[in-house]
Amino acid sequence: MEIIMSVAIGFLFMAAVYLMLSKSLIRIIIGTGLLSHGAHLLLLTMGGLGGNSPPVVAEGVSVSDYADPLPQALILTAIVISFAVTSFFLVLAYRSYQELGTDNMDLLRGTEDYE
Amino acid sequence: MSFVFLIFLPLLAALFIPLLFKKVGKIHTGWFVLIVPVILFIYYASLLPTTIAGGNLVSEFQWIPSLDIAFVAYIDGLSLLFTLLITGIGALVVLYSIFYLDKHREQLHNFYVYLLMFMTAMLGIVQSDHLITLYLFWELTSISSFLLIGYWYTRDRSRFGALKSMMITVFGGLMMLGGFVLLSIMGNTYSIRELIPQAPQLATHDFFIWALVLVLLGAFTKSAQFPFYIWLPDAMEAPTPVSAYLHSATMVKAGLYLVARLTPVFAISGTWMWLVAGVGLFTMFWGSFFALKQKDLKGILAFSTVSQLGLIMSLLGASAAGYHIDNIAETTFKYAGFAAIFHLINHAVFKGSLFMIAGIIDHETGTRDIRKLGGLMSLMPISFTVAMIGAFSMAGLPPFGGFLSKEMFLTAMLSLTEFDLFSMDVWGVLFPIVAWLGSVFTFIYSFYFVFHTFAGEHKPDQLPKPAHEAPIGMLISPVFLALLVIVIFFIPNIVGDWLVKPAVMAIQPFLYSSPGEVDVHVSAWHGFNTELFMTLGIFAVGGLMFWTLHKWQRSYDRFPDSVSLNALYDNLMFLSDTGANRFSKLYMTGFIRSYLVYMFSFVVIIVLGTLFLTEAFAYDVTNLAPIGFYEIVILIALIGSTLTILFSKSRLTAIIALGAVGYSVALFFVIFRAPDLALTQLVIETISVALFLLAFYHLPQISRKEERMRFRLGNAVIALGVGVTMTLVALSAHSQKFLPSISEFYKETVYSEAGGGNIVNVILVDYRGFDTLFEIAVLGIAGIGIITMIKLRLTKKEGQHENK
Amino acid sequence: MRTNDVMLQTATKVVTFIILMFAVHIFFAGHYTPGGGFVGGLLTTSAIVLLMLAFDIETVKKILPLNYVTMTAVGLLLALATASASIIFDVPFFTHAYDYFELPLFGKTSLHSALLFDIGVYLVVVGVTMTIIQTIGEDE
Repeated sequence: MEIIMSVAIGFLFMAAVYLMLSKSLIRIIIGTGLLSHGAHLLLLTMGGLGGNSPPVVAEGVSVSDYADPLPQALILTAIVISFAVTSFFLVLAYRSYQELGTDNMDLLRGTEDYE
Repeated sequence: MSFVFLIFLPLLAALFIPLLFKKVGKIHTGWFVLIVPVILFIYYASLLPTTIAGGNLVSEFQWIPSLDIAFVAYIDGLSLLFTLLITGIGALVVLYSIFYLDKHREQLHNFYVYLLMFMTAMLGIVQSDHLITLYLFWELTSISSFLLIGYWYTRDRSRFGALKSMMITVFGGLMMLGGFVLLSIMGNTYSIRELIPQAPQLATHDFFIWALVLVLLGAFTKSAQFPFYIWLPDAMEAPTPVSAYLHSATMVKAGLYLVARLTPVFAISGTWMWLVAGVGLFTMFWGSFFALKQKDLKGILAFSTVSQLGLIMSLLGASAAGYHIDNIAETTFKYAGFAAIFHLINHAVFKGSLFMIAGIIDHETGTRDIRKLGGLMSLMPISFTVAMIGAFSMAGLPPFGGFLSKEMFLTAMLSLTEFDLFSMDVWGVLFPIVAWLGSVFTFIYSFYFVFHTFAGEHKPDQLPKPAHEAPIGMLISPVFLALLVIVIFFIPNIVGDWLVKPAVMAIQPFLYSSPGEVDVHVSAWHGFNTELFMTLGIFAVGGLMFWTLHKWQRSYDRFPDSVSLNALYDNLMFLSDTGANRFSKLYMTGFIRSYLVYMFSFVVIIVLGTLFLTEAFAYDVTNLAPIGFYEIVILIALIGSTLTILFSKSRLTAIIALGAVGYSVALFFVIFRAPDLALTQLVIETISVALFLLAFYHLPQISRKEERMRFRLGNAVIALGVGVTMTLVALSAHSQKFLPSISEFYKETVYSEAGGGNIVNVILVDYRGFDTLFEIAVLGIAGIGIITMIKLRLTKKEGQHENK
Repeated sequence: MRTNDVMLQTATKVVTFIILMFAVHIFFAGHYTPGGGFVGGLLTTSAIVLLMLAFDIETVKKILPLNYVTMTAVGLLLALATASASIIFDVPFFTHAYDYFELPLFGKTSLHSALLFDIGVYLVVVGVTMTIIQTIGEDE
């Protein structure tokens, strides 16, 4: 399963990077969203997908049976952060679209004579 | 009593200053500030009996125990002397500033916060026994000096001066840090007290000379020695109380303090003696020579400060000779260390009063240009008297304190001709000659300062304001200092016993075991000897040259500005500015895509490179989780919706497909036994989709018509590279584990140690609570950012005035 | 966002409370079973978002007159205060304390200072997500 997951993660990353490199603002934002999904799955897979029981202390479950809690804690933090960042991007995108009237990244660059 | 905390008292008081300024506007904020240095002065003065007896006090506060970094306040004669100068002159300066800075027009809260911050920094420098905290406070003085010079930040000259002082002193500070690190490597300790006994071993170490030079760079930049002095004249843009305090009495003396403090460590070396005494003496001559070129009152004082600092520096260098002489009490070498400290006190006193007078003249006449001033004697009699006392002391005339220390300076310089080590026997004769020349120019500029301002013809038409005497409050501090100048002349040996000798003991601890053994008796009259004739020569030649000043002062203008040190600084700044700009423009294209391409390519190169170099490619098929039916179904959904995003032409489809990806990930979390994650991901995904739909209204349509095939192909190659890299990383990370995971510890101790059952949540709030704390801080920042972007509505037109 | 869907509105009135109750439960249960500040906070937010969808922002603001920015600030302060409280007891930053008590009605209950920290997290999560949604929603 881990090997299949690794390939799927690579695929998610590939799609995310491809979207982020495009010129359209909204594709870039969707790309960052995909990138964080890929990163979460990567963390989970790195820790191993084994474990027969969720990492919650229960009667009659030996310590080695719990799934690895550390990647889960890291992912939980990452999920919330990526939500905040995505919404920040979203607002940044539509505000700049409102102000500048374009979503083409090639046109959204500082002028030559900035100091 | 743990007096180490007293260092932070001013900083603590600074917290309340803005509040007092805003709420108690009727009373000048300075009155509240004044309390701090007065309390500190009284407390520290009560420690005097300890140091007079040759004792010392230590108080410690652990800061970062794991790195062996602590605040260690060490009070001996030297640090107590500086501490008293900082708090005493500080109190007078604050008092003076109350009348100098208008409470309605000035931003007093800024001013006093910076000033108090400086006070803490300075106390920290002179009391720290720990090299790293000493460096910390050292840089803090640079920063507070930067802020104070730039206090009137709307003026170009202020900002220029602030930046220049910052550049030069921070450069020196960083060099000094290097020196400190080398010292700590050699001596295996950060404590100066522990380094001193190791001095003989240190001197044989390879790093010794490097440490010496680096530390001296720090001291020379701070104390405005040649060729680094150029920041000090430009620092005169600061309000005059600041010039009086930082740029004459205290901060610029931090370099002297450092040299004095580390003399026991380095003095064995001939390089030290030559560098300190040589650079100091040359600076003394250079500063006094160019002081006469200045037209600005504070400019004259700045150059005079440079010169006087050089004088003290050279004396400290000369005091190193004591380490190579047997039976120092019988020789004239004993005078150098004493003279250095004694002159340091005198200089702080008379230069403080002179700066305050320059401020008064500026305040009451509206100009500091000496060409427009003159004849103020009858209009400002008290200021004139104070200025005369200060200047005469600086010139070395009796009956003022400066006369005594100037005599001892000459004695010390003469003694160097008898020194027979380090080829001093050949070159030593230069020292008294240069010292004598410097003293002549000192004499001239002192007279120039007083008589071109107060004597001569009054030119009321050239003054922006009609001149009159300053208010009484403003005069208190300079008059007090002027009185001290005279008092010191009459009781030099009390000053010597109380302040100077304990400090000398800190500079030359190997030579004396108690302050009483410093066998120096100060007297105004010591017979017809070489020093007396030199002094008479200074008066005669100086007087004559001052008389004819108007004839030869113009020749200063022949020095071209384009080859000066200032021009060198300007060119260096300009070159590094344009050079850096040109270099960064090479790769800073302004296209976000370029930056992403850099980042992703580097990720691929570095990660693949590391994997390749460490032969970390691994492919382990044992210990795999079984492949189930549900997993495959979810995987297909995941890949399908990702593909939908890639090829969709409508933004709505893309957003919904993104939601589908999120839900598939949540299902994966369910399958891989991560209930917390699954819950969170489900809720977040729902809210995210709602959010996207809310913002939908404002968002542009997806357009791809501008993207050419080659562009897309290039992107695809990079994307594929990143994808493959990540797959390899995931595989090799899963396949090899070198270290046991800390998870085992969490699993085992979650109930017994942390009293919880849900391991993930306990990790979040307990084991790794720091992460969570920062995470919610990031959340808060993102929220504030969004409010700012939407609610503040900075449109293009409004946004532009900021930088214009 | 002005809708007039009676079905949705009636259902929402009930469902919101169910979600809210579930949020509170999952928040307090977080230390022993799946849940905690993050999930609890997000569920609370989703309940409020549901209300907003069914009615409209103005109505919801009237029902729940909360300043979400203040809420965020209070949450952050609470979290920081809990973390730093350990300094007073001369143990390293972020050391938690807990004990078990016999309380009437609840029986044997554990009181844990981590709960206070989690309340901080909860408040920040609700505060920030609601701030984001509300500001975007109000922006026209």
